[in-house]
Amino acid sequence: MSAPPGLAVEHLDAWYGAAQVLYDVTFTVGRGEVVALMGRNGAGKSTTMKAVMGLLARRRGVVRLNGRDISGLKPFEIARLGMGYTPEDRRIFSELTVLENLDAGRQPPRHFADGTPAPLWTPETLFRLFPNLAELRDRPGGRMSGGEQQMLTIARTLMGNPLVVLLDEPSEGIAPVIVEQIADTIVELKKRGLSILLSEQNAAFAQIVSDRAYMLEKGQIRWAGTMAELADNTDVQRNYLTL
Amino acid sequence: MNWEGLAFQAVDGLASASGLFFVAAGLSLIFGVTRIINIAHGSLYMLGTYIAVSLASAIGGPLGFWGGVAATAIIVGVIGALIEIVLLRRIYSAPELFQLLATFALLLVINDAALWLWGPQDLLGPRAPGLRGSLEILGRHMPSYDAFLIVIAPVVLCVLHIVFVRSRFGRLVRAATEDRDMLGALGVNQSVLFTAVFALGAFLAGLGGALQMPREPASLGTDLTVITDAFVVVVVGGMGSIVGSYVAAVIIAEVKALCIGIGLVALGGVSVNFSKFTLIAEFLVMAVVLVARPQGLLGRPQIAVRGEAALEAPIRSASRTLTVFGIAVLVILAALPFLARSSPYTLVLGVDVLIAVLFATSLHFIMGPGGMHSFGHAAYFGLGAYGAALAVRWFAAPMGLALAAAPVAAALGALLFGWFAVRLSGVYLAMLTLAFAQIIWSIIYQWQDLTGGSNGVLGIWPNPPFDRLPVFFLLSLALVAAGVVLMRRILLAPFGYAMRAGRDSPLRAEAIGIDVKKVHWLAFAVAGTVCGVAGGIFAFAKGSISPETISIDHSVNGLVMVLLGGLGTLSGPIVGASVFAILQDFVMQETEYWHALLGGIILVLVLAFPSGLVGGFLRIAARWRRP
Repeated sequence: MSAPPGLAVEHLDAWYGAAQVLYDVTFTVGRGEVVALMGRNGAGKSTTMKAVMGLLARRRGVVRLNGRDISGLKPFEIARLGMGYTPEDRRIFSELTVLENLDAGRQPPRHFADGTPAPLWTPETLFRLFPNLAELRDRPGGRMSGGEQQMLTIARTLMGNPLVVLLDEPSEGIAPVIVEQIADTIVELKKRGLSILLSEQNAAFAQIVSDRAYMLEKGQIRWAGTMAELADNTDVQRNYLTL
Repeated sequence: MNWEGLAFQAVDGLASASGLFFVAAGLSLIFGVTRIINIAHGSLYMLGTYIAVSLASAIGGPLGFWGGVAATAIIVGVIGALIEIVLLRRIYSAPELFQLLATFALLLVINDAALWLWGPQDLLGPRAPGLRGSLEILGRHMPSYDAFLIVIAPVVLCVLHIVFVRSRFGRLVRAATEDRDMLGALGVNQSVLFTAVFALGAFLAGLGGALQMPREPASLGTDLTVITDAFVVVVVGGMGSIVGSYVAAVIIAEVKALCIGIGLVALGGVSVNFSKFTLIAEFLVMAVVLVARPQGLLGRPQIAVRGEAALEAPIRSASRTLTVFGIAVLVILAALPFLARSSPYTLVLGVDVLIAVLFATSLHFIMGPGGMHSFGHAAYFGLGAYGAALAVRWFAAPMGLALAAAPVAAALGALLFGWFAVRLSGVYLAMLTLAFAQIIWSIIYQWQDLTGGSNGVLGIWPNPPFDRLPVFFLLSLALVAAGVVLMRRILLAPFGYAMRAGRDSPLRAEAIGIDVKKVHWLAFAVAGTVCGVAGGIFAFAKGSISPETISIDHSVNGLVMVLLGGLGTLSGPIVGASVFAILQDFVMQETEYWHALLGGIILVLVLAFPSGLVGGFLRIAARWRRP
């Protein structure tokens, strides 16, 4: 029997108050795989990530992390099982310095389901991955540019030594140079065996880093396929991405 | 007055600042992380003094004193942790108002528990072994213990500062102050963090209370006075800022000390006694700070806590059944003087209930549809009562005129204070309204020549034919019914829609052309005016009034009435006030522990019936109607 996928989501429904926002969302992200959740604004990409992370109070369906059911757990329990989450609005602790932000995300070392050790991150290894941050280590998070904050939020999540990472719109509103750096980072994480779920509106960015894509519209998955298939399918692009 | 005396008072002020700092720091810390204003923090301080006195007198000697102080802080810290685990954990996602009320209920329960354990007498503590002497400062003697207190507060401040900067616990606490949900998503267990923070805050309060033992006796009254002072300190210093708490504690203690130090001064031929301003001084400082810098001296602007707010069902005009029912109740009440001829007490109680109804309905007017949680509504009740009573006392005004003076006095107060209040929201607004009520209270309490001070005003009796109880009852009924109907009309008119729009989304309301501040200001004034009528009726119903009418207790009674009925409906406050007034009348005479009972009722309400009696009734009715 093959190893369970890093992340498997089955029949996920979710609500904001009384309004249902996700309908029967089902997808998987394999080990060492980068999967893009795509769709327009309001399609349900961020909501899916929040629901997976346990941040939506009302949700139904099954979410598995390395085969283990985490559906009913609280966000901190989910994080402690190896799920990392970087929110769209980054949510850096603005009064804490870069180093203190990293420390807030620190968790013990972790292993993959097959017993091999997962990548172990320290501030020093992360500064090698994001050299810009190294120079800002004592700068309060509130006094950083958007791109620097984006790098910090990814670094802070990696401090938890996650097996699966949910990256919500990492390229949004950021200078092209830094977008490139983040793309490199994602490729590096993939190489080291992490499962990455990426939400993107930027088709070009998703094209560079992802293996497969799921297309969301109105809280439902409308299409699934490889990036090559998506590149060839102008109908899907037109129907679900372009304005 | 001389400069040396002033300087000595200033040094003495530093000693009182330290006690205030310990409570305020804990309060601020807890608020920063959990977003709960823990009113029961005053009780923890009070428990600190009681426990320390008991330990010191049971064990005796230096060990009893200093060991007792340390043990007390730990015991109170453990009590704090238990409170967090048993009660607060259940209400983190409840509306702010419920949290405030739940912790107030806790204060009531703890107060009665202390009454049961230690009795009503103040307990004197021993003096500190090793620090019984005095130091000579500026030619006067200052107790060595006061010097010790002056030093200990900055020491604790430094220790806390180091903990918050250097330890991981401190970093996590600071992160949680900003965004506790994100911290959860990073794998931090918030429950453990919250319990730890609460225990630390309680520890500080217990330490503060214990250290006061040689200066002040353990007394049942300290919980409320200490919490009010600490609120002011925290608001002035900035919620969540411990350094701010220290700075504010020093400023307020100094302002008070200066008022005492200046004493009697002749200003343009009039001699003014500044020492009488001590009670108001801290509230004036707070009002100035809140208006000039709402987040406090060293605070950050308050970040809205992320979370899903429950949607409230809109207020609807009365159904035909309810209208018929309402008219029927009115008719029965109008007939009450004839129905209850054999028991005149029914009418006395009836007038009490009517006054409570108008009081609660006017409070609900700004709290429910206006979204402004006033913790000082008794101010307008008191202004009305004193407006009427003083008109009788000084101008021998006939009853009609005096009753008209009541709403005028209340309206003026509400217009003045409302202007400040609508500039704030949430807990800050609650605290400012509380502060204004305290200001009115202290003015009336201290301006003895005009108001009779603590004795109040006596002998305000209605003119004939209203001196007969049945007639007075009918008059009250007419005024109360008119007030209630008027407020209903306003709420169901465009002005009421504008109020609710401003409550639900100030930005969107302004975008469609509503001047939200002005609408809420007027609403505040209307509520105050109507409440003043209730105060006027009260003055004539009782024949005498005292500053009690403006006390925090009375304001909180109003909140309980509104909450008892439920915020979501217009009939809620009427039902809530009636039930409360009748309950108070029956139960208060039966038990010595009325406060604990009231606290218990509030806790049950907040935990089990968050939508109040009427809300609960409607829910059951809806379930019953559905097959």
